[in-house]
Amino acid sequence: MTALLNIRALNAYYGQVQALHGLEFSLQQGSVTTLLGANGAGKTTTLRAICNMVRTTGAIEFDGAPLSSRSTENIVRLGIAHVPQGRGTFTTMTVQENLQLGAITRGDKAGVLADIERMYAHFPVLKQRHTQQAGTLSGGEQQMLAVARALMLRPRLMLLDEPSFGLAPLIVRDLFKILGKINREEKVTILVVEQNAQLALEIADQAYVIETGRIVMSGKANEIADNEDVRKSYLGY
Amino acid sequence: MELFVNQILAGIATGAIYACMALAVVMIYQAIDHLNFAQGEMAMFSTFISWQLMQWGVPYWGAFLLTLILSFIGGILIERLLFKPLAKAPILTHVAGFIALFAIINSVAGLIWDFTIKQYPTPFGSAPFLGSQLISTHQAGMIGVTILLLIALYVFFQYTRFGLAMRAAASVPESARLVGVNTSWMIALGWGMAAAIGSIAGMLIAPVVFLEPNMMGGVLIYGFAAAVLGGLTSPFGAVVGGFLVGIIENLAGTYIPGVGNELKLPIALALIITVLVVKPAGLFGRPIVKRV
Repeated sequence: MTALLNIRALNAYYGQVQALHGLEFSLQQGSVTTLLGANGAGKTTTLRAICNMVRTTGAIEFDGAPLSSRSTENIVRLGIAHVPQGRGTFTTMTVQENLQLGAITRGDKAGVLADIERMYAHFPVLKQRHTQQAGTLSGGEQQMLAVARALMLRPRLMLLDEPSFGLAPLIVRDLFKILGKINREEKVTILVVEQNAQLALEIADQAYVIETGRIVMSGKANEIADNEDVRKSYLGY
Repeated sequence: MELFVNQILAGIATGAIYACMALAVVMIYQAIDHLNFAQGEMAMFSTFISWQLMQWGVPYWGAFLLTLILSFIGGILIERLLFKPLAKAPILTHVAGFIALFAIINSVAGLIWDFTIKQYPTPFGSAPFLGSQLISTHQAGMIGVTILLLIALYVFFQYTRFGLAMRAAASVPESARLVGVNTSWMIALGWGMAAAIGSIAGMLIAPVVFLEPNMMGGVLIYGFAAAVLGGLTSPFGAVVGGFLVGIIENLAGTYIPGVGNELKLPIALALIITVLVVKPAGLFGRPIVKRV
């Protein structure tokens, strides 16, 4: 297995405040990786840094090519889909339009239409509501829509920022099942940031724990899950 | 009763002017979230360009089309050179920019073409339309063009990829970037389209108000009133608002004692204030809801 994403000595800044301190990690092609950490540890910042939405120094390489000189929209065009915190739904547009927007960079009309149908097969509730304004969907449905919208890009790498946030436990379980399926069937590499560590560790191959902008622990997901400190701090038993 | 019907007809005829201008106003508001005070002057300048082309012997429709294209490019240039560097500046900086643009365009037009009033041709003729004294073929043509323009915009925004991308960039810019939309260029495109629509408005209005650097002053205020009344987020609302402002203006001038031609402009301003107080989203606009 080779690394799809390679991050070295990554620092990130919000104005004068430094949020990441020399982050180093890599994502293996086809793997699911999770980034765990408390509020304010720098998880979201890491995802935003990959998409060049914050000021950074250091190196981020995607498939061997540096990302730092590219604009956000050009990074997306390389096949990196980012499901932001709060889902980023286009609330005034219909569900179908939201899906079309996910594929706005793609030129193959027939392929896009086929993919929309594929998404409706993955998420039947979206088909029922395809003419509805996306803002009228429930939180869980909007999260499904956000994941589907990201998949419309046919991404090679998917970044998910706290997909479980604000969702009922049953819905979270469904969502993670779908994410696992997407990873296996569509060979999409996934980086998921989570506070719900237990679920994230269940589907992940690799895990990193991040504290105040630094990686403090890394390893195979099952090993991390067995670690005493992690269990106490993040799993609560 | 006949007076009433006639006044409404006349109102619709003048309303077409406002509707056209309001479309341009809404277009730019969608793209940048501000009202462009220089919109009218941009339209006036475009109209002068078309006039100059015709002076040089270009036939009407050729000049019309060329002006449309030049205005589109001009709008994009103004955004790239003037307003892109201001993108993150506070709103007052933008307002100052709009006012500067207003003054510059107005003076430059005066410098090149001087301030004397010029005749401007109409492609539709100015005979009475269907035998009515109140509405001429030119005004009927204007109503037709405005409605065609509205349909074209509707099709563009609802059924094309570019239209979808522009709507996305206007509604949630950050998400739009995350699906790969180049939001910065979408804003430039919005400026280009607004300038082009404004040029159509200018070229249609010029035969009625005559061509001179200050021709758009009053019209733009009515255009703002129309856009606010119809809802700044809705092109359809802008057109309906335009016709309504035309009708209200005419009826008030006829039936309210003391409101003659002199007091028509305050009516437009009163309308703006009333709508902003009573129903800020306008008749067809989307209320702005922010989660806190």
